[in-house]
Amino acid sequence: MIVSTQKPFEQILSALEGGERIFIIGCAKCASVCKAGGEEEVFRMQDALAAAGKEVTGTIVIDETCHMLRTARDLRSRKEQVDEADFLLVLSCGAGIQSVAEHSDKKVIAGTDSKFLGNIKRFGQFEQRCSLCGDCRLNDTAGICPVTVCAKGLVNGPCGGMEDGRCEVDAEQTCAWVAIYERLDRQGRLEALDKTTALRDFSHKRHPNNLRLDK
Amino acid sequence: MLSSLARKISQSNFVITAEVAPPKGSGIDGLLKAAAFVAPHVDAVNVTDNQGATMRMSALAAAAVLVREGIEPVLQLTCRDRNRLALQSDLLGAAALGIRNVLALTGDAIGCGDHRQGKAVFDLDSVSLLRTIKAMNSGHDLNGTPLEAATAFYYGAAAAPEVEPFAVTLPKLAQKAEAGAGFFQTQAVFSPEKLAAFCEAVSPSGVTVIAGILVLRSAKMAEFINRNIPGLRVPETIVERLRSADDPAAEGISIAADMAARARSICGGIHIMSMGRDHVVPEIALAAS
Ligand code: SF4
Ligand code: SF4
Repeated sequence: MIVSTQKPFEQILSALEGGERIFIIGCAKCASVCKAGGEEEVFRMQDALAAAGKEVTGTIVIDETCHMLRTARDLRSRKEQVDEADFLLVLSCGAGIQSVAEHSDKKVIAGTDSKFLGNIKRFGQFEQRCSLCGDCRLNDTAGICPVTVCAKGLVNGPCGGMEDGRCEVDAEQTCAWVAIYERLDRQGRLEALDKTTALRDFSHKRHPNNLRLDK
Repeated sequence: MLSSLARKISQSNFVITAEVAPPKGSGIDGLLKAAAFVAPHVDAVNVTDNQGATMRMSALAAAAVLVREGIEPVLQLTCRDRNRLALQSDLLGAAALGIRNVLALTGDAIGCGDHRQGKAVFDLDSVSLLRTIKAMNSGHDLNGTPLEAATAFYYGAAAAPEVEPFAVTLPKLAQKAEAGAGFFQTQAVFSPEKLAAFCEAVSPSGVTVIAGILVLRSAKMAEFINRNIPGLRVPETIVERLRSADDPAAEGISIAADMAARARSICGGIHIMSMGRDHVVPEIALAAS
């Protein structure tokens, strides 16, 4: 899922300056799970804006705001409230915010910061395990991603900052290469580390990216 | 033409290196003074590359200044601040400016430096940078395109003899050797036994080990290093020795000199890390000769 966090309320308020009537859009998927823009957060935002003297013309929580057609359709179903608003405040990931912008020429206000593609560790705890490099190496690295879990994205073993198995960048974290080594060791295939590693290929990372499935 | 460091190592002579940091500014008087002071006592002087992710004069420019003064530098080159185009351009430029030794490093994380919001590049890492130098020495670039003139670098890599778990670092050291590293300049070593074990572990690769000798001034400095400098670790026994010494600075020099003297019979050279206190270099160098 895409992990996002809500921007500080003062920042949202200052972005809303010059607009009195606000329509709020949340997302029932990722933004809901990470509590940046689900039902509850939209509801609270409505209260907070009202307390700050804004008029909320309406709210909606779209099922996957990143789904452009669905977002357009759902917003059309609330056309009056949307039309009445000066600004549309969106509490979803950056992709969802742009689905809204694509649909409406009104000023769209981003109420969140999109952070990473996250695994859900347990309720309210998210961890980045994949950074969508486009060129997956997990088959060579015991199913642990060095591109992401290593703070430097090193694909050839630990850097000189590893210490007692911990990462130079965050001593709370196990060095990714220690984790990879130990797992390969348990699997009895440490020789995987003797292989010459392919260079990172950032051409897979060019953006804006797109994918079209052939019929 | 071989660098004098390469020549000495190939003749199995014990080598001594020290390091200078480029200035945080455009003036080079301090750099020249430091380099000129340490140069007579060592075989080559490492020039650090935005060490600790702190922005300073380019190591390439500073190393070129040393060449101009007749001092042989080891250009440290990290993968943190440049992508593969910039690294290769810099290597060609370094060759043209008479720089013959390179130490290929990953680079400290950007978050420990003075430009924390910057983008850390890590397009290549230390191993792929070594492979790049190997390719350029054999006359082509990283993608196999021929160079008009090949480079002829003598190049090496970093190693950490005292790090735990040590076994995790071995495959990467093997890859560095495979990529043609001629020497390992190690992080600070304090235990002759660990240094010996390290040399034994890497001896099949034939890479010359240059042991890092850290010169400490006080227990406080050791504690600061342990807290703030990635990859440098002063064992508690050493910190305690400094703490209880009447003259910690002298004790620090004696710890380093002892280690340097022991290293002579264990490995191929020492690299003196004086942390900007150049006046200690002659004494440590003497202890190892
Ligand atoms: S290598 Fe890592 S970042 Fe790349 S696709 Fe696989 S898990 Fe994701
Ligand atoms: S300590 Fe390990 S995980 Fe951390 S940056 Fe270095 S190699 Fe990567």
